[in-house]
Amino acid sequence: MKRLKNFLFLLAAAPVVAFASGASVHLDKAPVNLADQDSLQRGARMFVNYCLNCHSAGSMRYSRLQDLGLTEDQIKENLLFAGEKPGETMTVGMTKADGKAWFGATPPDLSVIARSRGADWLYTYLRGFYRDDTRATGWNNTVFDKVGMPHVMWNLQGEMVPRYKKEGEHEVIDRLELAKPGSVTLAEYDAMVGDLVNYLVWMGEPAQVQRKQLGVIVLIFLAVFFVVAYYLKKEFWKDIH
Amino acid sequence: MSALQKVMGWVDDRFPLTATYKAHLSEYYAPKNFNFWYFFGSLALLVLVIQIVTGIFLTMNYKPDAELAFTSVEYIMRDVDWGWLIRYMHSTGASMFFVVVYLHMFRGLMYGSYRKPRELIWIFGVLIYLALMAEAFLGYLLPWGQMSYWGAQVIVNLFAAVPFIGEDLSIWIRGDYVISDATLNRFFAFHVIALPLVLIALVAVHLVALHEVGSNNPDGVEIKKHKDANGIPLDGIPFHPYYTVKDIVGVIVFLMVFSAIVFFAPEMGGYFLEANNFVPADSLKTPAHIAPLWYFTPFYAILRAVPPMFGSQFPGVVAMGLSIVVLFFVPWLDRSKVKSIRYRGPIYKIMLALFLVSFIGLGYLGLLPSTPVATIFAQVFSVIYFLFFLLMPWYTSIDKTKPEPERVTG
Repeated sequence: MKRLKNFLFLLAAAPVVAFASGASVHLDKAPVNLADQDSLQRGARMFVNYCLNCHSAGSMRYSRLQDLGLTEDQIKENLLFAGEKPGETMTVGMTKADGKAWFGATPPDLSVIARSRGADWLYTYLRGFYRDDTRATGWNNTVFDKVGMPHVMWNLQGEMVPRYKKEGEHEVIDRLELAKPGSVTLAEYDAMVGDLVNYLVWMGEPAQVQRKQLGVIVLIFLAVFFVVAYYLKKEFWKDIH
Repeated sequence: MSALQKVMGWVDDRFPLTATYKAHLSEYYAPKNFNFWYFFGSLALLVLVIQIVTGIFLTMNYKPDAELAFTSVEYIMRDVDWGWLIRYMHSTGASMFFVVVYLHMFRGLMYGSYRKPRELIWIFGVLIYLALMAEAFLGYLLPWGQMSYWGAQVIVNLFAAVPFIGEDLSIWIRGDYVISDATLNRFFAFHVIALPLVLIALVAVHLVALHEVGSNNPDGVEIKKHKDANGIPLDGIPFHPYYTVKDIVGVIVFLMVFSAIVFFAPEMGGYFLEANNFVPADSLKTPAHIAPLWYFTPFYAILRAVPPMFGSQFPGVVAMGLSIVVLFFVPWLDRSKVKSIRYRGPIYKIMLALFLVSFIGLGYLGLLPSTPVATIFAQVFSVIYFLFFLLMPWYTSIDKTKPEPERVTG
């Protein structure tokens, strides 16, 4: 039994071994909390206002926002601007060709962006834009060098400029400093991006809240079933020596 | 005679129902000393059933079309009732299939379950393993993410390394010059029809062969040597009910692990579902690092460990192929007087431990990008992997074994 326990432990622990990642950029921890419905609702509003002009979320239906505690009327009044119906998916008018022509790359669909990029990457990326006059858009990014996307929320965050430090031969960006303030403070901006990333994580898999709730019930059921099965086995095997 | 008996009699006159039930369950005598390691055969069967049933439901909503495939998986995850559960059961099932099959195979190596008269059981088992690898590889293309696409590209390109016919062979497999819609369609057909049929047929003959000669056990002694007056092995107990009730306990423990993954960590930290596979396949954007899923990485590491010769990757491909082909010969490579590790000498134990370390080491290295240091490690592990098999006739015959008991030791 002890060996079995050790073995199961190893089986469970093995995949925890850190996965090698190529990126060496420092990522800030995103404040993800899917239980915070207010944050998710604010994030949904940010998403519709700032992202959903160029980026689609082609697998996400507006009506699914009801899972965040919004009513269908609230969704219609606050989040549908162009006559969409709540049952439709979050598409954009911009064509792939337009996106390619305007930004150099088609803005990716964001339905599962949090699953491919990870919350921390998104949180750092959306706070990592800085002024760079060598770029066509006038913007560059600390975690995505030479990104095609301009700083969409610059009027909120303001304009950041890089401060460099020497690292061996090279000059690397040490930190960003606020050169021209935006309409909110940097702390407020961080919180807003936090809400947005929280929403993106939820949108990556809207069923994940239900999934975890159901998982608890399933495991409790199996635990009870285990006790029954264990004693059943014991009863059958009592004559086997 | 009750109505049920009448019906059974009617059927038995036309089909060996009762006889089959007796031969494979109620009067199939299995050794009474099965331990922990003997759960994984029945668990593999359970996972096969899970994969088939969830696969049927996935097929109802999945679209094998390069334009639609990626979105149809997300449609299943969001809009199909319980689609997320079906999909996660299937994706988790794929990895867990390999977990239980690897443990099942290791059990065979520990207790000599491949030795006479069970050589064919082992060979059918290796064929199942091969079919399973093909099934997993084909299925991994279907979500049509970046890793699906480029993983398939890498594997199909292995065939292109075959001298002379390689280029044509890889085009024939893909049905195109690159992985494309044509490839997706044929992989889908193989994944949902061809390979499952092969798998089920192989599992059937694996079991028929097993029940013909009877199960091995942790002592590696034949229970059929000692029978009572009725011809029933003294150390045997009917599979049903004894091992059915015991396997139910194993099934529940397995389902607890399985559910913990499905409900709380379906991506399993990127091992069961890779982050990059949530990016739709793009034939113009090669990912910086392409790693196969964890269950293929030992063989991938062997492939990369062999340096190109005469400007060709073919030697690596051959080494990878041989690393699996060599498994077929294990029943004849082992010359030990005993079957079970319990009565083997220290040399086999050391060799098996080295083999295990090498296999896991190769699996780990296969996940990492290739570096000079990693390649040296992979080369050392690859050599140990092959020496375990190639030197087996020698070290098993000189190893000091302990005497086997006459009867099983519980």
